[in-house]
Amino acid sequence: MDKIIEFIQQPWPWWVSGPLIAYVMFSLLYFGKGFGISTNFKTACCMLGSCKVSDFFCFDWKDQIWNLMFISGVIIGGFISSNYLTPDTSVAISPATIADLKAIGIANPGASYIPEEIFGTDNIWSLRSLIFLLGGGFLIGFGTRYANGCTSGHAISGLSNLQYWSLIAVVGFFIGGLIMTHIILPYLIAL
Amino acid sequence: MKLKHIRFLIMGVLFGIVLSKGEIISWYRIQEMFRFQSFHMYGVIGSAVLFGILTIQFIKRTKLKDSEGNYISVSTQDPGYSRNLIGGSIFGLGWAMTGACPGPLFILVGHQGWVFLLVLLGAVLGTFTYGIFHKELPH
Repeated sequence: MDKIIEFIQQPWPWWVSGPLIAYVMFSLLYFGKGFGISTNFKTACCMLGSCKVSDFFCFDWKDQIWNLMFISGVIIGGFISSNYLTPDTSVAISPATIADLKAIGIANPGASYIPEEIFGTDNIWSLRSLIFLLGGGFLIGFGTRYANGCTSGHAISGLSNLQYWSLIAVVGFFIGGLIMTHIILPYLIAL
Repeated sequence: MKLKHIRFLIMGVLFGIVLSKGEIISWYRIQEMFRFQSFHMYGVIGSAVLFGILTIQFIKRTKLKDSEGNYISVSTQDPGYSRNLIGGSIFGLGWAMTGACPGPLFILVGHQGWVFLLVLLGAVLGTFTYGIFHKELPH
């Protein structure tokens, strides 16, 4: 048993994670549901009474209880993984990425899952961290609803179903991601 | 809440562990992807899509039924260049900033704690803003 736990505690290679993501999508389809995480933000708006200001939020949120259960499980999965399955939280990123990130002001790239100077609890009440957290979140919420899907709905489900419009959305994801990474991010980190 | 909803909770736990252990929730892995400096994220998404294509072809060809006995239908996406390119790009900006798409955001709440609730708050505000202005926007 200890050997199994030890084996699980290593970082998993892509060829383990990728097929398991497809398996999760299949499980949801088998139980009559479609894989779509960002829909939960819309459900949250609906539950908070946004129907009064926009009919976009007028639907029966009870149909989405399964999805709220799913994301509750996702949070629990993150907690289990962090506390019991990940003794070493360093991430073995490529030397080229380490060099690039050091050059724009990240002190220890790959030392843990996230850069502490931006997302660490000690630093979050700085202007820079609030822009990354609230501003980044805002763009995710606005963009996913505009494109009607995120990585789960478009990149995984949509591409798996050979949907042309999902391919276009994924092209959009990369346009935004490349602009942020190569043009805007150095300025934000320098704040 | 019905008891059968517990199965979605369990699937969520599995999904959360897979994305944690696969390091898909790491800000650094997303940076590596947008800098084209590692195969890791392309391997994850590529193999998920490859297995996904095989799965959906299997579902369609065998006319597989779901647990309730209905034929499984996979929903199609909304057409339109403006909606998918502009909306997708706005999401992409946020993805590269936070290093997380919506699934990993929830995982990071379990992983790193309440800091990531602020990102979720931002996402709900962004969704709300889209809902207010969506009739004004090109789709």
